[in-house]
Amino acid sequence: MVLDCKHVWREISNYIDGVLDPSVRASMEEHLAHCRHCAAVLDSTHNILYLIADERTFTLPAGFSERLHARLESELEKSEPASR
Amino acid sequence: MVLVLGSQFAGCRLNSNETQSTTTTTTDPRPLTEAEMISRIIAGERELFYDLIKPCERAVFLTAFSVLKSEADAEEVVQEAALKAYKALGSFRGEAKFSTWLVKITLNEARMRLRRSRAESEVSLEEFVDDGDSDYTPAVLTDWREIPSEALERKELRALLRRGLDELPEKYREVLISRDVRELNIEETAQLLGISIGMVKTRLFRARLMIQKIVAPELRAQGKKYTRG
Repeated sequence: MVLDCKHVWREISNYIDGVLDPSVRASMEEHLAHCRHCAAVLDSTHNILYLIADERTFTLPAGFSERLHARLESELEKSEPASR
Repeated sequence: MVLVLGSQFAGCRLNSNETQSTTTTTTDPRPLTEAEMISRIIAGERELFYDLIKPCERAVFLTAFSVLKSEADAEEVVQEAALKAYKALGSFRGEAKFSTWLVKITLNEARMRLRRSRAESEVSLEEFVDDGDSDYTPAVLTDWREIPSEALERKELRALLRRGLDELPEKYREVLISRDVRELNIEETAQLLGISIGMVKTRLFRARLMIQKIVAPELRAQGKKYTRG
């Protein structure tokens, strides 16, 4: 199966997740080996996803836990959980 | 009175970014199960509720943030959701994990807040972004120089990535944060967001290409700075 660039872009997400049919995956790899544009799209997408998954990209706001605890402390005294 | 020694228990659905520890008592060093903690909270040990929700903080914050795009709004929604969960704890049947239940409550709260704020302002253009078969094109680059994770020490890189997420329409941001930030699997993402597995894959493909298109050109332009560390 010969894939064009557009087809490769559509499948990049599934390629990253490893959920592609083996024959489509092989065709993609064949395309990627010869198309530096698509290879750069794959590499950059993969790199960006790797960076956004890093816990340093999304940290809890400073004092988040303390404020949550304080809010709960002030409110929970006024109410009880519904019993079963 | 039971003294709470640890700060957490082993009940929340966690990924590598979401920390975990255990709660034990002076009389029993075995970590409490989720069901035991909930029973004891309902019986009056209110302070255990903090330990129940502590491991879920990052997950619920990210969920609220994925809808609202505002840290302050997300934080308020998390507080409301935690209170709601506490009050409704007696109705929690344990069919799902507590964390799944709490995240779902948070998602609903965040969506309700977003709907209220939209009703008060103009209708968002996001409403008109459909799931049709329109083309989604990435930023086509001639090459790519990998940005190492150490570069995340730079504030401007973190800001750039977050700006990229902010620019995504809500439905794509929700999927991307669930799948690629919280690292839920496709089935869990579908269940949380109430959409089909096929829809998760479609939105994920678009969300990933969109964020690549927004972020990659700038990252590439600044690549030398990031790769130098």
